Amino acid sequence: MMKKNAKKLAGLQKRKAIAGYLFISPFIIGFLAFMVKPFFQSLYMSFCDVQLGSSVFEPIWQGITNYKFAFTVDPEYTRLLVEEITRMMIYSLAIMVFSFFVALILNQEFKGRALVRAVFFLPVILSSGVILGLESDNQLMATLAQQIETTTSNISITDALEQVLTTAGVGTRAFEEVFEIIDNIYDVAIASGIQIIIFLSGLQTISKSMYEAAEIEGCTKWESLWKITFPMISSLFLVNWIYTVIDFCMRSDNGVIEKIQKVMIDQMNYGLASAMSWVYFLIVLAFVGITSGIISKGVYYYE
Amino acid sequence: MSKAKVKTFENFWERNKASGGYLLKKRLMTYGISFVRFILLFGMCFMILQPILNKISVSFMTEQDLYNPIVISIPEHFTTENYKLAAELMNYKKAIVNSFVISLTIAIVQIAVCTLVGYGFARFDFPLKKFWFICVILVILIPPQTISSSLHLHFKFFDILGLIKLIRGDTINLRGSIIPYYLLSLGCMGLKNGLYIYMIRQFFRNIPSDMEEAAYVDGCGTLKTFVQIMLPEAKPIITSCFLFAFVWQWTDGFYAKMFMSGTTLVSTSLARIVDSLGAFIQRITGVKTTISIAYSNCILATGTLMIIVPLIILYLFAQRQFVESISSTGIKM
Repeated sequence: MMKKNAKKLAGLQKRKAIAGYLFISPFIIGFLAFMVKPFFQSLYMSFCDVQLGSSVFEPIWQGITNYKFAFTVDPEYTRLLVEEITRMMIYSLAIMVFSFFVALILNQEFKGRALVRAVFFLPVILSSGVILGLESDNQLMATLAQQIETTTSNISITDALEQVLTTAGVGTRAFEEVFEIIDNIYDVAIASGIQIIIFLSGLQTISKSMYEAAEIEGCTKWESLWKITFPMISSLFLVNWIYTVIDFCMRSDNGVIEKIQKVMIDQMNYGLASAMSWVYFLIVLAFVGITSGIISKGVYYYE
Repeated sequence: MSKAKVKTFENFWERNKASGGYLLKKRLMTYGISFVRFILLFGMCFMILQPILNKISVSFMTEQDLYNPIVISIPEHFTTENYKLAAELMNYKKAIVNSFVISLTIAIVQIAVCTLVGYGFARFDFPLKKFWFICVILVILIPPQTISSSLHLHFKFFDILGLIKLIRGDTINLRGSIIPYYLLSLGCMGLKNGLYIYMIRQFFRNIPSDMEEAAYVDGCGTLKTFVQIMLPEAKPIITSCFLFAFVWQWTDGFYAKMFMSGTTLVSTSLARIVDSLGAFIQRITGVKTTISIAYSNCILATGTLMIIVPLIILYLFAQRQFVESISSTGIKM
């Protein structure tokens, strides 16, 4: 069919393009059928009052009533939204710092390193899905913790430190947040398994000769952390940041998500549920976009 | 032997003297750092493991022990009753078989499809490739909760381009059956499938293209090259993605609640275990009673342990596969 050489080459390219499309066709079909259509449908439904019949549902257009309702009438939604977003920012930052710190420690040579790494990764397997939700509202542990707190209120180190610092009058608000994170270090630790591994793999790709050269030139360990380690793995900060934020906003014990589920399944109010989830989605998307834009400006590429 | 020991000891002080105290300082620093590191890591590992250890000890206690302030971690009256009760409440045998079959088949379907798609993205050039890849990123970003309400309706009144309505005169209600979830998995829209595509694509991109080209030159077709040359190369990433898919599916509550409410699964029955306990006690005593928090949590701990034991065993054997795939994919964006 194709006798000329040039035509043959074009044919090969065309065939490769077709093969490529065939390979990704499951994704395209799935994306169009199960993502794009429901996506726009839920956008449309968020502007509607959805009437559910026995065999058919009909959305009745009613403008932005659902959005108005979510923000002004619903007693919980706005509060939950603000709470979750602030929690997300604080915890994501804490997870980044924690996982970077742990990765730095694990990058050193010592006995039992593989074991420690395995333990840190364990929560990725065990604290997922339903178990996470059950863990967080374990009342037995909560009452136990409360009891311990009330009986030993003067002994706790963080409390004592907190008192000293607050009476000293140093920026109290920021300190409260820090103490809250320290008190909830368990939550931070179980959410940072994957981030630790990603940082660790990045750290192991930095060649040792760089540190050696720096040391000969009289660079201290502290300086080489900031001048070598940081720039070399800065691209991983971006990856980890995006992963952390998304992971956090999709957790099943998230207040907003629980609220949406409740409205949708218990109250059967599809329109309102769609409106709520759209607001949440757009806020998270904007947050991810803005922050990753800022971070990617600071990313340094070696090659 | 002791002589030699003394000699080295003397040597150390001599060396220390010669270096002007530097050696001693340095040695002390090294020991100090490793001591601090040990304390830190031990503390953090204990923090992660403690809830599991706690659950193990609580699960062997009788109700009496739970209220005994002297009993903290070692039960006074050792019992396995909790396990029997939790197994009955969760319908354990049936749930575990169901969960196993569903997680396994779903994981196989998802990873097979994701491997195809990841390979397509990594190795072929075609128009609009960038656009479709942005769509993959979007799939990772969009929380499934956003579209869950309309997916709900989509499967309640299921239809393919109006064909089914034409034949049967009505749409099919697929809610409550497992088929929708298999359909979603076939279309790469299951739990975290965007992430798997991304990981597999990263892996394929890092394989040098020499072998592939050699195969093409020798007259091997596209599909044959993929199956015979590239798949064996990608074994590590496929195994680990498969493990993740299996484990996350095992514990997943969201999709299970949405699509498989009719099937007994470990995740959903664990989420309901406290309510089942209430119903169970009511059936026995005939009176509606509130169960104590301590006892219901004891049963909950037992149930949680029972569903994570298979995962722990899996993790013990496949720990390397879990961890190493992530380190091989995360490096380049």
